[in-house]
Parts: sequence; structure tokens; C-alpha cells
Amino acid sequence: MADLRTTFAGIQSPNPFWLASGPPTNTYGQVAKAFDEGWGGAVWKTIGEPIINVFSRYGSVDLGATRMMGFNNIELISDRPIADNLKEIAEVKRNYPKHACVASLMVETKREAWHEMVKQTQDTGADGIELNFGCPHGMSERGMGSAVGQVPDYTCQIVEWVKEVATIPVIVKLTPNVTDITYIARAAVKGGADALSLINTINSIVGVDLATFEPQPSVAGKSSHGGYCGPAVKPIALHLVSAVAGDPKVTVPVSGIGGIASWRDAAEFIALGAGTLQVCTAVMHYGFRIIEDLIDGLSNWMDERGHRTIADIRGRALPRVAKWEDLDLNYHLLAHIDQDKCIKCELCWTACEDGAHQAIRRLPRNNGGPVVEIIEEACVGCNLCAAVCPVQDCITMRQIPNDFPAVTWKEYAAGKGKLAPRSDQFHTATWSSRHV
Amino acid sequence: MRPRWQAPVREQPAVLSDDQLERNFADIAPPLTNDYALLEANKCLFCHDAPCTLACPTHIDVPAFIKKIASGNLRGSARVILEANPFGHSCARACPVEVLCEGACVLNDRDEQPIKIALLQRHATDYVLEHKLKLFEPGAPTGRTVAIVGAGPAGLSCARELRRFGHAVTVFESKSQPGGLNTYGIAEYKLKADVALAEVQDILDLGVELRTGVTVESIEELLTEYDAVFVGVGLGSTKRLGIPGEDLTGVIDALTFIEHLKTHPYRDTKVGQRVVVIGAGNTAIDAVTQAKRLGAATATIVYRRGEADMPCYHYEYELAKRDGCGFRFQAAPQRIVSNGNGAAAGVAVRTPQGNEVIPCDMVIVAIGQGERDELAIPRDHPKVFVGGDCANGGAEIVNAAAEGVQAAKQIHERLTNG
Repeated sequence: MADLRTTFAGIQSPNPFWLASGPPTNTYGQVAKAFDEGWGGAVWKTIGEPIINVFSRYGSVDLGATRMMGFNNIELISDRPIADNLKEIAEVKRNYPKHACVASLMVETKREAWHEMVKQTQDTGADGIELNFGCPHGMSERGMGSAVGQVPDYTCQIVEWVKEVATIPVIVKLTPNVTDITYIARAAVKGGADALSLINTINSIVGVDLATFEPQPSVAGKSSHGGYCGPAVKPIALHLVSAVAGDPKVTVPVSGIGGIASWRDAAEFIALGAGTLQVCTAVMHYGFRIIEDLIDGLSNWMDERGHRTIADIRGRALPRVAKWEDLDLNYHLLAHIDQDKCIKCELCWTACEDGAHQAIRRLPRNNGGPVVEIIEEACVGCNLCAAVCPVQDCITMRQIPNDFPAVTWKEYAAGKGKLAPRSDQFHTATWSSRHV
Repeated sequence: MRPRWQAPVREQPAVLSDDQLERNFADIAPPLTNDYALLEANKCLFCHDAPCTLACPTHIDVPAFIKKIASGNLRGSARVILEANPFGHSCARACPVEVLCEGACVLNDRDEQPIKIALLQRHATDYVLEHKLKLFEPGAPTGRTVAIVGAGPAGLSCARELRRFGHAVTVFESKSQPGGLNTYGIAEYKLKADVALAEVQDILDLGVELRTGVTVESIEELLTEYDAVFVGVGLGSTKRLGIPGEDLTGVIDALTFIEHLKTHPYRDTKVGQRVVVIGAGNTAIDAVTQAKRLGAATATIVYRRGEADMPCYHYEYELAKRDGCGFRFQAAPQRIVSNGNGAAAGVAVRTPQGNEVIPCDMVIVAIGQGERDELAIPRDHPKVFVGGDCANGGAEIVNAAAEGVQAAKQIHERLTNG
């Protein structure tokens, strides 16, 4: 079995799966239960001066009949006394010494306040500190959370204050609600951060009640923008993790957060540079028990592919994240339909016809044979038909070999390299593919 | 979804309680919950040029109505259904979807269950009934008049479309209630008369004049009064066996049996202890299952040919077997045996093994309906249009609806352009 043990900025855990700071890490009981069920670490629900929450806190986005495809919250940091949280963190560390327990902190922007909070936290025996510079709602109105994380200078300054007294690793949690996250990441590193974690939630309004026109989640008829998370945000998180982990100026490890619900998600985050993975929404949806397949699936996949440790796979996809101008223009694809698998829904046709390049021809339904076929001279290999096809491996994209060496846009624009010939039909869909 | 009804275990079901009868005749395909409907609607692939739509005689745009369920637009969904098929309510309950839309669903080719189109159609159309929505309006009056003979699905489909075109419509119906076989002849566990009548009422509300209890004897006479006539009189009564004993007490034809069941409290329909149904079409299945559900100890189909020759749909055969009905194949009825007091006591049959008597105390004859010979239909008359069972020889509600709608277009064309 693959070795899932992880050392992240010096923090050790039996596996890379940590609970992200949030409702599942609010109490000793929850964290202890999670560790009993197999979680490798937990970042405590953000501690600070106790707040008062509103009663309606979460909004959900369903996709068809699938619940919680996206999720948001207007909940604030912990509403429990600082002393209670710290006492319970100490208890977790006493009873679960081999698991990672990291305290998430949010304090008003005063040097002394940060010093005091960091010192108290270290006394618990916590393995690390995560600075919550990311929450986009509520706390940001009070000058904390993303209000700090959106300004590189503030980020750097507070990290410096924390590092003045910190004796344990300091992780800075980044907000995605910025134009270029790498600026913030570099500022945190400059301030002395030992690691980064991302993404925090994305600013959002999840919906409007059409009977009352109340935005959701409604609090006595009104709502506020909240932090968006869940499976819907994974692609955004993958991009930002790759941008930060792949930034040569970011020299510290990165913990990946954002829509992780399965071992596949986890493997993708690791491949794009994540050293640990933080999960919240999936646990809020299905409970701590999801850890079993996160570990089992990741481990089986690693065994099958011959990867022995997390370090073996970490960042493996990063060198393949390129600028568009460095992509090969002479790599040509053509869609291929396996007619034996085709169930004749014609979704590929309607998608290509209306949404792409009119490169699929319809044939009469009653002819007993295929009902769709690729017009090869018109197909630009865009993947749309394969994406909409409801049958696995029915439409595949096949490379059309040519004798031309690879040429990138950068090279081609500079007068170097030759483009392989392309069909003159690509941009002149003047024929009609409506053959029925 | 499993049928709620299960065969009684007892061999001697004296008289069933009213509760048991209610359960036995409860909807065999209960409505979907909102959650289930949403789940099912979202499974639909939204095929282009969809095979389900092509398979429907009325060409309901099935993917369109299902996507509207998924989007929460039930009114719009029902409109798509009822626009194409004025009998969308009853078709949702009684259509042989296994051989039509659901049989054509592409998911069958993915080795999956097809989308539950009938139940989704019911989900959308029930919404209209529950909320008493009026989805259609009569057209501006044209001054033209059309007589329709027969208030079944064909005639009333034609009537609805003609009213939407603005023509005045008078429907003549010999029975006391409109709806034709929807009201009187569909198995009770599929379609109840109240739904059939509510569906009809929606059409009548467009301003259709209905004259019930009137038997039209001459189409020619109507032509002197109306600009066009649509004939949708259905088929005639059940054919006779033509064997001795057919008039014994306890021998009844299937349509009369089912009609009685559907127009009386369940306990008032007499059923034998041992029932034999002669015939193996879909009506025979309706008769044998309902006899069983009324409390017959045994209910057996007696059919002169083999299992593979049965004209009923395969799923109807499966239903009858699940209901605990018996089947005697290769058994050709020769005569109905009397008990000596004028009542049926058995059916004498010839089988490949020899002659025998199948004992019973009730015989239901279900060997198909005859033509309506009593009414001469001038089929070649330019102002006479024909649809439904009397035109197609006996088919489904959906065929009758399609033909009624089609005839209305032809009549409109004729009345408009001469």
C-alpha cells in the first residue's frame, strides 16, 4: 500500500487529508471523531474574539437533481470563547499526538493583538497556525479576513508580526477574490510565511427566492454576499493552486483547498502542487466517513500507477501547465464516433451545429445505420461533442499525425516554424450539414 | 415502481372488504413525488429529433416537456403535452408506452431503464388538474358548424381543435357520459372515470355543445344541418363466440363487465369464484386481472392458440401473471356447460391432449369488438371525416387522439378554403 504519510512545512500527519477550517472543526468532539475515522489533520474553526452569527447561514446551489453542487455561507468565525477553543486544541493534541492540529486565527490588525493570540495558541501544543486572510464576508467589513488578504502590504505586515513570536509553522490562507493571487502569495512569503493554503471561499450570491425576491440565504428578508465553495469551485481552486505552486517566487509548500470531494480531486490537487488537502463542504454534506474512500481510492490509484509516496506525485502536472503561446499549433485532432456505442441521441450534432463548427452530419433515423457522422474537413477537434456525449468512450478525440514539427504561437508569430495545412473548411461553414 | 396491489393469499376470497377493493383498484402506477420527478426529469438526455417523440402517434415533444419539469415550469410542460395530445391525462395513465415512447428511449440502448415518460407526463398534467388551469382558448367564431358523432377520445380531440379554430361544435353521444372507453372501458387500476371526465370537461369548457343519450342514426341527416361531420363512434359490442351455452347465466362480455365495474361501487360488481376469460387480447387481460382483483378465487385466460400467439402486449401478460391469473393455451372453447339450472358451470374445450371441461361459475367473453354495423358511414363524402377505433379497427387512446386532431386540421382546411 502506498505511503500516504505527509510532512507539510514540518507538520506531520498520517495522511494528506486535513479538515479545512470551518463548521466541521468547531469542537473537540468533532475533531476527535474525524481523527478516529481516519482524517490526518484538522485546521480548527477560526478563533478570534467571539462573534455573534445570524440564524440563516448557508445557501446551496443544486444542479438538476444533484444537491449542493455549490454552497455558500455567511457564517462568521468561531462564536465560542477563545479559551474554550484553545483548551480543546490542547486536549486534541494530548489525545491525538500523531495527527496534525492547526489553529486558524483571525485577529484585528494590531501587532500586540496578534502577538498575544499567537502566544496563547502555541501554549496549546498546536502543530501550526493558519492565518485566515480569506473570508470574504462579514469579517472583511470589520477590516479582517479578505480585507487583509486582498492587500499585499497588509498581508506581508501581519505575517511579519506573527513570525516575530511564532515558534511553530505559520500557514497563510489566501483569498481568491483578487485579480492575481500570486501577488498576495509572494507578499505572504516575503513576510515569512512557512506555507500557504488556498483557496478560501469565493464571493457569491447563490440565488434569489423568486416568490419574495429575497437573495439566499435569507435573514429576515435580506441577505449578504457569502463565501462560495463546494464541487463547483474546484476548477478555480485547481488553477489558483497551480498558479501559486508553480510560481518560482513562491518557495513554500501549498495546501490545496476548494471543492475536494473525492480521491480523484485530491490527486489532481497534489499533481498541481498541493502538499496537503483540506476538505470542508464534502464533509458538511456527507460526514467524516468520506475519509475512507479518500484514502482507499488514492492509495489504490497510487499502487496501480506505481507511485509510492505523496512526494512522488506532488507537482507532477505543474510542468505541463503552460502559457497558451507555448502550445503546439501543429497538434491536430479529429473527433471519432464509435457507431457501435452510439445510442442515437444526436446531442453531439445539436451541440456542434449550434455551438461549435457545424462538423457533424445527420443521417436519417430510419436508415438502420448511423444517425451522425463527423465531417472530417470541418472538425476543429474542439472536444465539445465528446463532452456532451452521454456514452463513455463513444466519442473520442484522435490525433491526426502530420509531418510538421511542433510550432507554438510564440514561434510562429516570430516567423519561426511552419503551420501544418488546415482544412479550408474550418472557418467557412458555408455548406449545410442539415442533410435530413 | 411496484404495483401496490398484491395477489390475495387466500384461496377462498368470499367478499373482499371495501378497503381491500380500494387497494386492489388503486393506481397501478402511482404518481411520482416531486423529488422523484425532478430526479427522473434530469436523467432525460434531451435528445435531438427524439425517438420518443417520433414513436408517439401525437408526436408530443417529450424532451421539451421533460426539460420543463426539470426547470420547474409545470404549466409550460403540460401545455407542450396537451397541445399535441388533448388526451394527455389519460394517455399518461393508459398508453402502452413500453411499445411507444419509452420503448424508443435511447437509454434502452445504454442498457438502462428508459425515462419514465408516462409518469412524468402524469406529473405535469396532474398539475393542470390540481390547479384547474385553463391552457387553451376557443378561437374567434367562424360561423361554421361541425357535428361530431361519438364523445370518445377521437371525437373530443377533434372537437377541441375545431373550437380552437373557432368553429361551432356539437357532439352527439349515445351514452349518458362522455369519454367513450376512457370513461367506460379502461382497466380501473390504470384510469379512473373521474380523471377521464375531468379531462373531457376541459375540452367541453372550450364551448363544445354535448348532447348525451342521443344515438345518431343517419350521418346524411346531420349533413343537412352542419358544414361537416366527424364520425368517431368506436367499435361495436363484443363479438359472440358462436358456441352453445353462450346465453347461460354467468356468461358476460368483457366490455359490459368492465363498464359495470367502472360505473358502480366495486362491491356491486358480481364476480364468480372461478372465472374463465375467453380470449387473450388486452381487453381479456383487463377482464381477467379485474376479476381477480374483485375477489375471484381463480381467474383463468382460456385461449385457443399458444402463448406466443397472444395478441396482448407482453407487459400486460406479465401483469396478469403477477396478479395470479391462470392461463390455458391451446384450449379451444366448444361450448359452455350448464349446471342444470341455466347457469354456467364450465367451459368445454378441445386441447391437443383431448377434450375436457374447465369448471367455472363465470365466463367473460373477450374476443374483440365487432364493427358498428347499425350506422352507415359515408366514408367517401367530402364533408365526412372519420377517426378513432371505427377508422383504425381498434387501437389506443393516443391513436384516436392523433386522428381526431388530424381530422380537425382537415376539416378546418376544408371549411376555410372550401
